Amino acid sequence: MDVGQMQRRLLDYTKSLFMEGVLDGQFLQLQQLQDESNPDFVVEVVSLFFEDSERLLNDLTRALDQPNVDFKTVDSHVHQWKGSSSSIGASRVKNGCIAFRNFCEEQNIEACLRCLQQVKQEYYLVKNKLETLFRMEQQIVAAGGSIPILELSF
Amino acid sequence: MEKRELKQGILKKLMSRFMRGGEDKAVNKDGRSKIRALVVDDSMVNRTIHHKLLQNLGIENQVVGNGKEAVDAHSSGNYFDLILMDMDMPVMNGIEATRRLRAMGVRSLIAGVTTRSLEQEKQEFMEAGLDDYQEKPLTAAKLVSIIHKINQSSSTPR
Repeated sequence: MDVGQMQRRLLDYTKSLFMEGVLDGQFLQLQQLQDESNPDFVVEVVSLFFEDSERLLNDLTRALDQPNVDFKTVDSHVHQWKGSSSSIGASRVKNGCIAFRNFCEEQNIEACLRCLQQVKQEYYLVKNKLETLFRMEQQIVAAGGSIPILELSF
Repeated sequence: MEKRELKQGILKKLMSRFMRGGEDKAVNKDGRSKIRALVVDDSMVNRTIHHKLLQNLGIENQVVGNGKEAVDAHSSGNYFDLILMDMDMPVMNGIEATRRLRAMGVRSLIAGVTTRSLEQEKQEFMEAGLDDYQEKPLTAAKLVSIIHKINQSSSTPR
């Protein structure tokens, strides 16, 4: 595959993530912040998001496993996850967190447990997709090409 | 010139046009104003993004992780033109930090930046002493609209 083909494949892949609602416009904002002075900016921020998410996932699993669930604590963790996922454009994770918070307010433990599974799935999905995206970018750079940025008008 | 460089160049030009005319703001040779900002947020993801957003607009900035650190950052007469204040933070939240800073006589432009969207929550935050309020996530465009207010508010007495 030549560089041009790789670049087109990357753009198509990125486009599909937007079409599927896995990523939203905020991700493009991140890409636009990347420049020569900080060429790994997107990977850095997304890595921070992954670290945050793993921690929050553990904290939430533990919090919901307690005999007397403290919904304020659960809500606080979900709120944080909603914040970081929305900041990087992980749209489905963010939406999952919004639904999750509603059930925290209702103190509905069954629904909360379901939501946790849902958000966990969406998180692993976006993690997988982003790791694939970064791998494709690395391949392009290794072949001497530059990373094309998707220009979408919303 | 690459498209992205062009975009950033345009943003920086827009920025300097907003800033010119503020006599109390030092403007250096290429028209870039030496605005100083403080980012207050407990999320490292957000601190990193907001730091870069500001940097790309030519704004020197510091980042701290909660309201108490924001208050401490003002010790020894330290001053910021702009404070981006998150609401939910441990140790001291954004509402308390804003009240504290205003009580200390800090007249910087304080913009609340939060994911909270209920009117009541916004109201309480604004009443603590905010000049502006933006819903996260922050974008370059939202930031420029906040910064535009720095010049406007510097001419109005508090």
